[in-house]
Amino acid sequence: MAEHFPVLIVLLPLIAAPLCVALRHGGGTWLLATLATWGSFAISIALLAQVLEDGTIKYQLGNWVAPWGIEYVVDELNAYILLVVTAIASVIMPFAARSVPAEMGQRGVYLFYTMYLLCLSGLLGMTVTGDAFNVFVFLEISSLSSYALISLGRNRKALHAAYQYLVLGTIGATFFLIGVGLLYLMTGTLNMADLAARIDKVEDSRIIYTAFGFIVLGIGLKLAVFPLHAWLPNAYTYAPSVVSIFLAGTATKVSLYLLLRFIYSVFGHSFTFDKVVAGPLILVLAVAAIVICSLVAVWQRNIKRILAFSSVAQIGYMLLGVSLGTVMGLQATLLHIFNHAMMKAGLFLACGCILYRVGSMKLVDLQGVGRRMPWTMMAFTLCGLSLIGVPLTAGFISKWYLVTATLERGWWAAAVLIVLASLLALVYVGKVVQAAFFKEPETGVVNLAEVREAPLSLLIPTWILVFANLYFGIETDISADIAGQAAKQLIGASR
Amino acid sequence: MVDLILGLYNYWIVIALMMAGLYIVISRQNLIKKLIGLNIFQTSVFVLYISIGKVFGGTAPILDGTDRIYSNPLPHVLILTAIVVGVATAALGLALVVRIKEEYGTIEEDDINQMDDES
Amino acid sequence: MDHHFVIRVVGKLLIPLVLLFALYVQFHGDYGPGGGFQAGVIFAAGFILYGLIYGLDTLRRVFPPWLVRLLVAFGVLIYAGTGIASMILGSKYLDYSVLGPTAAKGQHYGILIVEFGVGMTVASAMVLIFYSFAGRGRQTGEDFGEIDSEDRRDRPDG
Repeated sequence: MAEHFPVLIVLLPLIAAPLCVALRHGGGTWLLATLATWGSFAISIALLAQVLEDGTIKYQLGNWVAPWGIEYVVDELNAYILLVVTAIASVIMPFAARSVPAEMGQRGVYLFYTMYLLCLSGLLGMTVTGDAFNVFVFLEISSLSSYALISLGRNRKALHAAYQYLVLGTIGATFFLIGVGLLYLMTGTLNMADLAARIDKVEDSRIIYTAFGFIVLGIGLKLAVFPLHAWLPNAYTYAPSVVSIFLAGTATKVSLYLLLRFIYSVFGHSFTFDKVVAGPLILVLAVAAIVICSLVAVWQRNIKRILAFSSVAQIGYMLLGVSLGTVMGLQATLLHIFNHAMMKAGLFLACGCILYRVGSMKLVDLQGVGRRMPWTMMAFTLCGLSLIGVPLTAGFISKWYLVTATLERGWWAAAVLIVLASLLALVYVGKVVQAAFFKEPETGVVNLAEVREAPLSLLIPTWILVFANLYFGIETDISADIAGQAAKQLIGASR
Repeated sequence: MVDLILGLYNYWIVIALMMAGLYIVISRQNLIKKLIGLNIFQTSVFVLYISIGKVFGGTAPILDGTDRIYSNPLPHVLILTAIVVGVATAALGLALVVRIKEEYGTIEEDDINQMDDES
Repeated sequence: MDHHFVIRVVGKLLIPLVLLFALYVQFHGDYGPGGGFQAGVIFAAGFILYGLIYGLDTLRRVFPPWLVRLLVAFGVLIYAGTGIASMILGSKYLDYSVLGPTAAKGQHYGILIVEFGVGMTVASAMVLIFYSFAGRGRQTGEDFGEIDSEDRRDRPDG
């Protein structure tokens, strides 16, 4: 059984999805989706333990030997990302039970879970596969289902947001496809390990450089790297709560994983940083993302929009770690993937609670909501502190590692920038907290007097993530260790 | 020079299609036209893949016992998957446009943006 | 459509041939060019042609939407189930060699079953797409568009 884990983790949600279509019963499909998600979570824990013990696991689909058949490869980095994705997905399932019927109507529930499961299996497949073309297939499975998921939002703007994401996402995926095609043209293989070995021999060809450009640009579109992030704010803002949480916690993380996998494992560290000299370029984009998007977030009036722009800024932090090109930098990036997934999912969960009770995400409508929904807003505040990077929270740890990594390279300016940008985060999180706790309700569209605290089934997942934020802010051994091992393994293998 | 233009003619077709598609996506305001541009753009990649699978003098890879040169079937199979993905994207995109038309009453992007800004 | 006499007669003659050709492409796919994707699309084209000539409601009686949806799901399950069967028989996922008495036979059976599932899903997905688009704007669309557009109006921002 255990030998089949790499494929089972993808297969569970993939099989559950058509079963949902056949079942069509709202509650039944929820149960199915939950079991599949929790099953994947359990498998990802087992996989991580297995990898840490015995090293890289390989699984040949259909028993076809590696360069010819599709191979699933799980190493430290993979297993770590799988854990992050499935953990976030597992936490939101109890939340979905209540939030999905409320936001999408009873009849649409089974379609939602079908799409959600397909999206999950696409993300897991992208992570686990060791075949460049297979990545494209899973990328499109997850993308197509996420376009559909976003379009389920209540506001009609969700449709427009989904359409924009569809156009940009398809361009991104097609760029990726061109890159993979050019690599195949030069090397005659699609297996990542085989590609890495063969690229070394033809690395000076212009075609390889072009392929690098197309692949990085394609992934960059999906990742919402700064100038390519146009689709993200609207998509996150108008998507249903559960979808915002899920995408914010997982989708961009998997894209970042892909970027790392291609930069380090396929093209190799020396090609990326010495030949193409991608480091400074990534650095510039990362800094621009951190500064500009944090500033834009400060001026937003919709909470989910604030968080969406903050997501783009946080992707900047992760890329900053990548641009350093060192083990320390990579460790900080990986750590931030984990911590950011926790805090952003927590924040969006709190938003989901508010939306469930109040029905609005505009700051004006939410003045004084903290007195009506204290637990929800406490959770928001604590996750917000983590986002800012206050000591004793998870956000502090990843920023600490990031600052240390920049200082190790002697980039003083970058270190100062990280600290200053945290102040911007303080401003936009503070704006929400101030409105919720310290402002008097305005007599507007929404009547706050009738608003009660969110139900327990919504609060418990939120608080699980709050405690996770606090726990991993104090107990850093597990997360930092695994991130460090994954970083070492990734850079070590590519030199 | 002639070699560059005629010898690599498949790549020129790919580039022309790709640029035409991207240009339509970027420049048109009509959502349906954008989708058409997107499809042309994707088609250019299909042509790229299929043309790199060609082996000169090769035939279809059907085994019949005689020794012959075969074209590489792998890119074709890969692109079959990509075509299916393209169809799915087009269907989903059009479905979204239908819904947008129902909700906004228009499929011109400037009008939609204007309505979005107003509300 | 009553006055389109030529289309009706030609359609009546062609549709059975289209379906037959689809079956040929499907089940000859393991010897010659063909397979589930192509066959599924051809099969669906037959049904869609029927729908275009005789009207959507007639097609819905022939190929009811609930059945279409079930077939979409079951096609995928056949594919995945074949893989799981080979796992249970003690090999890797999707290794068909263990499905038959010899490895070659097993591969043959495996690809036949898997392609059947693919064909089923592709054909019914195509018909479902046709239903969804053609049925849009009618009041009969109870089976699709399950999320009402009425639902989302008049609600505050999300």
